[in-house]
Amino acid sequence: MQIKTMAEYFAEGETPEVLFWVGCAGSIDQRSQKITRAFAEILTRTGTRFAVLGKEEACTGDPARRAGNEFLFQMMAYNNIQVLNGYGVKKIVTACPHCFNTLKNEYPELGGHYEVMHHTTFLQGLINEGRIKMKEGGSFKGKKITYHDSCYIGRANGIYEAPRAVLEALDAELVEMKRCGSRGLCCGAGGAQMFKEEEKGTTRVNFERGREAVETGAEIIASNCPFCMTMLTDGVKETGKEDSVKVLDLAELIARDMQE
Amino acid sequence: MQIVSQLLFFAALAAAVYFFSRRAAGIRRNILLGRDTDLSDQPARRLNNLLLLAFGQKKMFRNPLVAVLHFFVYAGFVIINLEILEIIIDGLAGTHRIFAPYLGPVYNVLIGCFEILAVLVAVSCAIFLVRRNVLKIKRFLSRDLDGWPRSDANYILITEIVLMLLFLTMNTADGVLQTRHAPHYPDTGSFWVTGMFQPLFEGFSTPTLVGIERAAWWLHILGILAFLNYLPWSKHLHIILAFPNAYFARLEPKGKMENLPAIQQEVLYAMQPELAPTDAAAEVPKFGAKDVHDLTWKNLLDAFACTECGRCSAACPATQTGKALSPRLIMMKTRDRAEAAGRGETDKTLLHDYITVEELRACTSCGACVEECPVSIHPLDIIYQMRRQLVMEESNAPQEWTLMFSNIENNMAPWKSSPDERDAWIHA
Repeated sequence: MQIKTMAEYFAEGETPEVLFWVGCAGSIDQRSQKITRAFAEILTRTGTRFAVLGKEEACTGDPARRAGNEFLFQMMAYNNIQVLNGYGVKKIVTACPHCFNTLKNEYPELGGHYEVMHHTTFLQGLINEGRIKMKEGGSFKGKKITYHDSCYIGRANGIYEAPRAVLEALDAELVEMKRCGSRGLCCGAGGAQMFKEEEKGTTRVNFERGREAVETGAEIIASNCPFCMTMLTDGVKETGKEDSVKVLDLAELIARDMQE
Repeated sequence: MQIVSQLLFFAALAAAVYFFSRRAAGIRRNILLGRDTDLSDQPARRLNNLLLLAFGQKKMFRNPLVAVLHFFVYAGFVIINLEILEIIIDGLAGTHRIFAPYLGPVYNVLIGCFEILAVLVAVSCAIFLVRRNVLKIKRFLSRDLDGWPRSDANYILITEIVLMLLFLTMNTADGVLQTRHAPHYPDTGSFWVTGMFQPLFEGFSTPTLVGIERAAWWLHILGILAFLNYLPWSKHLHIILAFPNAYFARLEPKGKMENLPAIQQEVLYAMQPELAPTDAAAEVPKFGAKDVHDLTWKNLLDAFACTECGRCSAACPATQTGKALSPRLIMMKTRDRAEAAGRGETDKTLLHDYITVEELRACTSCGACVEECPVSIHPLDIIYQMRRQLVMEESNAPQEWTLMFSNIENNMAPWKSSPDERDAWIHA
């Protein structure tokens, strides 16, 4: 894949349409890298002029802040804002709801003002503009798909419609879980839980959510967050249905059946 | 004889108002134990929240059936206050149904509406009692409510039913007395609801009926005055504090965490030492919240406005999977601690003595508790502030988090990986 960095654009004296903020999970985690590549492929195929920061990107500080380490968060924010403002970045798209929330809601107060979009909204825009067209009778036609609302796109930022609109483009049958929309159940990874063992309880949050998703009878669980992806995949495994139920990101679903 | 009754009424009313104001001042003091925060911005949006959330009970309608029943009780409470105004004037002036001559036929319509509301309130409260005690609804069965909180809810519901029945009894006896043209009972026409029950009372002699009417009247108003004084000691306080709480509700995007300018400043000086002030004697600020004094007054107002309904905990992923965390309990413990701190107890702190580290650690910051709360309470804000205290003041973090912190600091990512590999996905 040929992907240009912000530094390369800058060296050529050009500015891209949008910065793709990949996030730590999307950069490092093997499973999440597939989401990143799928989304980058969509951007490339739709002719979107985009750049990544590459080695210059760093953690937004979200997990540190939510765990209580405000110092570390402020340090990360300071450095990231220096880099972003240095390149004159105006528009950012990211596939990670946690990065999205921090860049959109928390950086402005610290001097980082950008138009920030999550890839669900960005994909919806591309579909609405006709820049993404799906294949006739694609591989998801008529298949049951259930959608997991991530907390940081849903409740934290009120985005419930865009991801569902994207799924409609697949011509699949959308089945909702018992807890969905603003009542959606967390995957269990937010608030820095991703990075430590859960507290003692009767079950794990992701087992509970995995079971609920599998109970819908859907063959595909659509997610929009690399953390939810990890947690749900694990949750599905716990039910023993990992062969028949797949967890896929919205970007992966679209990339698979897009027209050339 | 009449003057004695008036004096007794005045004494009862004065005592009720005195004790209520004393308690109200105490609650105000306890709320103001919290640190200051400026919530005077955007009055138009705040007014809108007040109208929608408190008056309109918008969030309640997430559960329509319960919302309708609750709305009856709420409307009954607000509107029946008009009737109580008349009772108070009558009690002080020694009159009976003083509004009747002024309102003419409208009076009968008004009382008719009150009676219908009274029935709806009694029926709704009865259904609520069944929901709480018979139906196995998880959030009411929860151990959060063991002891006083569970009885508190039942006392409130039973009292409301009794008060409504007294009101209806009073009107029934009054209605019969009116048909007999008894002195002091002005003819207002048959009441809508109690008119139907008059045959039950027609066998009684006039003095007996006066006795019943007077007894019901006194018990009704004394009950209300007693209830007024019970209210600020119970979860029922939400009928008052839900209003300011909705007005002062957080207006920022739900996902945004409160910024700490003091730390932002320190980081700025560390990165750009040339900006740092030269007189280094500045006071070291405290980070996060250890006790109620470190929380804001809004956090404490939240705690006193909490209705203990448990919608937050019913939606909380940690509570649902059996973790120690229950957002409702976070609010109840914060209130308990504010009460204790208000009494001058200094040997305990909210963190550790009331709320445990295990509870705080179990939060996924999903915001379901905030989303669900009908009276705009924000348990997550308290949890965040206490997590800051743990990590920044007490260096109390699980080992995995300490590792994550050092990874972020050294590798620019929460996982152990080289920053140089960050773009490896491009070439994979």
